[in-house]
Amino acid sequence: MASEYHSSGEYIKHHLQNLTYGQHADGTWGFAHGAEEAKAMGFWAINVDSMLFSIGLGLIFLFLFRMAAKKASTGVPSGLQNFVEWVVEFIDNSVRGSFSHQNALVAPLALTVFMWVFLMNLMDLFPVDWLPFAATMAGVPYMKIVPSTDPNVTFGMSLSVFFLVLYYSVKMKGAGGFFSELAFQPFPKFLFPVNLLLEGVGLIAKPISLALRLFGNMYAGEMIFILIALMFGGGWILAVFGGALQWAWAVFHILIITLQAFIFMTLTIVYLDMAHAEHH
Amino acid sequence: MNFNATLIGQSITFIFFVWFCMKFVWPPIMNALETRKKQIADGLAAADRGKHELELAAKKAGDNLRDAKAQAAEVIAQAEKRAAQIIEEAKTAAKEEGDRQLAAAQANIEQEANRARESLREQVAALAVAGAEKILRREVDAQTHADLLGQLKAEL
Repeated sequence: MASEYHSSGEYIKHHLQNLTYGQHADGTWGFAHGAEEAKAMGFWAINVDSMLFSIGLGLIFLFLFRMAAKKASTGVPSGLQNFVEWVVEFIDNSVRGSFSHQNALVAPLALTVFMWVFLMNLMDLFPVDWLPFAATMAGVPYMKIVPSTDPNVTFGMSLSVFFLVLYYSVKMKGAGGFFSELAFQPFPKFLFPVNLLLEGVGLIAKPISLALRLFGNMYAGEMIFILIALMFGGGWILAVFGGALQWAWAVFHILIITLQAFIFMTLTIVYLDMAHAEHH
Repeated sequence: MNFNATLIGQSITFIFFVWFCMKFVWPPIMNALETRKKQIADGLAAADRGKHELELAAKKAGDNLRDAKAQAAEVIAQAEKRAAQIIEEAKTAAKEEGDRQLAAAQANIEQEANRARESLREQVAALAVAGAEKILRREVDAQTHADLLGQLKAEL
């Protein structure tokens, strides 16, 4: 399929471009054709494919778990309920392990983060050409199917988590307590500008690293899938080799997508735990 | 990497998903898990209790059996004792009866002997009187010598 493009560079660029809807430079609204146009649309544009796939996957998650929750009985669980209970217990254990305070929000939050990120990452295992090719056939110019390779998606989640961290920091310690935690340690009080700088950077680094870690891993994984897919256009020997490589990378990627979902969840729990904890 | 309103859209979606999960997914599942955990714990406790009760019942049954055996042995011993007693009484009674009959028989024999001796004496007396009459036919008058004869009769 790479042969449809003029160069491998164009192929890669196409596969890494979101379907962006926004206002064109001439004032009309529509989909951006190419990265330049998408950039020119500024902030008030939306990546339709990211939104569509992430919301769709989130709804699948909520639908499955809601079904299991409705039918949840104390009898012998079977099928879906078994799986859902297994996931819920796993999350519950993780939360109990890292979160030592009382907060009814944290466990459902962790479950949502884990399952949603996992499902979004799972889209990475779809062969990179299938859905974009189908979309092109249907007249849609771009289709990036892995929402977690869109920084907007990962930052959207990590910033939400960050606001929760700020909210609970202020709620648990009071504004003064939160400020003193930032300003009066680790060095003595008279060095508070240094403290503020250090702790401030540490605080800001939390959401940024959280989002970038997931984005970077998924983006790099996707990029490798795309590079492997390029081999399919280079004769049958390369194509067979590419097929083997794609299989191997996909198997390895199963580990990565689960691990990244787990890391995102664990760090979310840990950050919230730190927000609740009093420093002495 | 260009940021746009997708960021806001994602945040809103995320918050909605978390809210939904917190409201409608997590509590019922956790509830079911907790309830089942409790049921299993109760079931295990009941099983333990049942086992304990079984042990008690087995012990009680053993005790009862031992008591019953002891009672049966006692009853048998009493019965044997009673049987021995009855035999002893029967023996005694038989011996008494024998003695009594023996005594009666002896008394009877003695009576018979006495009677025979009496009649014999009378006959001897009669014979003696008859002999004396024959010898002293003339002199002896039954009337006059009646007291003499009577005396003789009593001596014989």
